Amino acid sequence: MPSQVTLTVNGLTLSVPAGATVAVAVAMAGQACRISTGGEPRGPLCGMGICFECRATINGNAHCRSCQILCEPGMEVTTDE
Amino acid sequence: MSEPTSDVAHDVVIAGAGIVGAACADECARRGLRVAVIERDIVGSGATAAGMGHIVVMDDSDAQFALTRYSQRLWQDLRPQLPDDVEYEQCGTIWVAADEEEMAEVWRKHDCYKKRGVPTEILDAQTLKRLEPNLRDGMAGGLLVPEDGVLYPPCAARFLLERAQQRGAELHLGASVAEIGEGHVRLTDGSEIRAEVIVNAGGASAPELTLGIEIKKRKGHLVITDRYPGFLRHQLVELGYLKSAHSLRSDSVAFNVQPRRTGQILIGSSRQYGAEHTEVDNDVLARMLRRAQEYMPGLATMSTLRVWTGFRAATPDKLPLIGPWPQDKSVFLATGHEGLGITTSLGTAKILVDLITGAKPEIPAEPYLPSRATKECTHA
Repeated sequence: MPSQVTLTVNGLTLSVPAGATVAVAVAMAGQACRISTGGEPRGPLCGMGICFECRATINGNAHCRSCQILCEPGMEVTTDE
Repeated sequence: MSEPTSDVAHDVVIAGAGIVGAACADECARRGLRVAVIERDIVGSGATAAGMGHIVVMDDSDAQFALTRYSQRLWQDLRPQLPDDVEYEQCGTIWVAADEEEMAEVWRKHDCYKKRGVPTEILDAQTLKRLEPNLRDGMAGGLLVPEDGVLYPPCAARFLLERAQQRGAELHLGASVAEIGEGHVRLTDGSEIRAEVIVNAGGASAPELTLGIEIKKRKGHLVITDRYPGFLRHQLVELGYLKSAHSLRSDSVAFNVQPRRTGQILIGSSRQYGAEHTEVDNDVLARMLRRAQEYMPGLATMSTLRVWTGFRAATPDKLPLIGPWPQDKSVFLATGHEGLGITTSLGTAKILVDLITGAKPEIPAEPYLPSRATKECTHA
């Protein structure tokens, strides 16, 4: 298993350590996972899949809990949706 | 019945502040009647809050068509005055035909609507796919009814009732009606209100106040998803709905989805007789969602927020009960709207108040008169 995984966050390519969650990749890219309906940036609050604040679009699937999903090679993550 | 303890004489007292009771109160107040509304819970808390909230024309019968179209026009007239939170969207309905047999029904429906002046558009398979790309491949086509719409019913009910109050209507929340009749409304706390006319707008609970009304509770389930803007653009209903919604089986499911302004998707529908408990029935829910996924496979990966149930007030002939109750001249009914109460609330209110005041309704009221139901009762 390679020690680094390469994926894109909002079109930006970055490498993260294998085993990192998507929430980590989004943080490393300097992005918020999503913007609330009130216009506020949101990210992982509980880090254990309960609070739903870390939702992001992964490979076209909206509302994925990024703190619960491990990065995979070639993954396309988009936020602010 | 004991002597009235209330000094205030009302022209009309309405039992129930669902959207039908709210619309009736609004119409009474508009015409200068002294009206009070009694609601045991909060405004729009029953089937009004539980239902989908479509403003649709339906053609199961001439009378159903007349009332839904009349009411849809009234909603269109009211639309500029509706506050933003009512979320009225004229998204249109597409009746989806899965095969050529259902496509024949598209043509029949198109002719029927056209004859009655309702615009529709026949969609071939390609056009349907272009309008709703998330429907599965292989659909035969559909019928677009562009003037149909959706709204958020609890806020619509609240708007109607607040407007009635601005015109002098009284609202009694948290008061339960124990008994109505002979010009009196008795509350469970023992107090009484006098009125010339008492309107039973109790929805599926209406038989508790007026014994002998032929209304059955018809349970439904709904699911709402998270926000997926753009996934769905129109209300979609399967044409197989016509078979399933009226089957004599005790329960049925049909594909019916609605886009909400938030980007959320409301997924229905189910129909069950004889299920009086409010709990979610997982078997019915699973069948309903499987049916929805057969039409829109993309629903399968969506995140849903809530599942709930509600009770439609169903009559044997699928038409509401609007007008005087033959067994008590002070009692009028405005109930039995089944799955169409949001649409038909406004037409119901006009007809009801016409009948109360002796005015001529704009559409013939005979098909909705409660007297037709009691005639049927004698044969039952």
